Amino acid sequence: MSADSDIRAWAAGLPAPEFDTTAWTTPPPLAGATVAIVTTAALHRRDDEPFGPFDVGYRVIDRTDRDLVLGHWSPNFDREGFALDLDVVFPIDRLEELAADGTIGAVAPHHLAFAGNQDDTVTKVRLDTAPKAAQQLRHDGVDVVLLTPV
Amino acid sequence: MCALAHVFEAHGLATVALVAVRPVAERMHPPRALYGEFPLGRPLGVPGDAAFQHDVLRRAFALLERPEGPVLEDHPEVIEFSETPLACSLPPRYDPDVPEAVDEARALRDAYERSRAARDGRTSVGRVAEAAAVPDLVAAFVAIAEGTPWDQAGLPGDPISAAHDVRTYYEEAALDLVDVSPDPGAAEAWFYESTAGGRAVLAARKAMQDAGVPFAFWFYMARATR
Repeated sequence: MSADSDIRAWAAGLPAPEFDTTAWTTPPPLAGATVAIVTTAALHRRDDEPFGPFDVGYRVIDRTDRDLVLGHWSPNFDREGFALDLDVVFPIDRLEELAADGTIGAVAPHHLAFAGNQDDTVTKVRLDTAPKAAQQLRHDGVDVVLLTPV
Repeated sequence: MCALAHVFEAHGLATVALVAVRPVAERMHPPRALYGEFPLGRPLGVPGDAAFQHDVLRRAFALLERPEGPVLEDHPEVIEFSETPLACSLPPRYDPDVPEAVDEARALRDAYERSRAARDGRTSVGRVAEAAAVPDLVAAFVAIAEGTPWDQAGLPGDPISAAHDVRTYYEEAALDLVDVSPDPGAAEAWFYESTAGGRAVLAARKAMQDAGVPFAFWFYMARATR
């Protein structure tokens, strides 16, 4: 997997924001938890505003949405997996199965997508859009967030 | 993504991150992370394999039971894959009056539409042009490769988005033309190495680089490794 190895090595060397500590929230038991997916794959609904380059915003995806577009600007990852199966990036059907068998408490009514390609400090995401997203998720009763990249 | 984990956790949400680049997770120490050495673009590992995807989720959610963190664990399976171009038939020459790449892009339209219909209409083509206009994007890339300045070639948007639409159109069309689930590197290699459309995008990218066009306008028209 040399192309991916090269891309991983390159990505590993990119500047990243620094955090002195790790914030920590203890979740309720998973069987009672409401779970949301937040992906950085820049997914959006067909009629949503597309992601611009270095877009710091996020798009809301309803629990029932499946007609999603991969709007990420980076060409450095496989697209065929997503074309074949939405769940390999955004495992919404897997979450529904886990809710049906009682492994998780509930699937959140809304899920979110950010764009993973950001500037080096991600200041606006940290200070503005991510806190707003967190409030929205809390408003929906979310306890646990599954973060997925591409 | 690791930054989102820190912010969410500070706002009372417990997070678990599937991470694709381990050294970044080591430096950014999100509360709970599962590293999967899977093809980039496939964080749940294997398309169409619900059992594998559930295994990834089970291991990720298990991290929520840890009393303290940060915790970074590895999924035990490493997914190797081929970068040999997909063996996928290409259409014969039909209209000798247009460039080969344009002829090819037009001829792939039916395969693209069948592929899209098989996914209930889901497609990632359309950032600057819908499928019907992809041959026009290809014609613009051929013109850029032959010396036309990129901003005078008739592209309806930026060249990176146009290249995304062309690549995605070809890769989605390919899903209708093969009976196998393509290896992650295979469709991308097929597009850039085996198709006239892919070669046109690469040639346009090189022409822009050689003409001194700023990096941001051409580099992301293809993988950083091309």
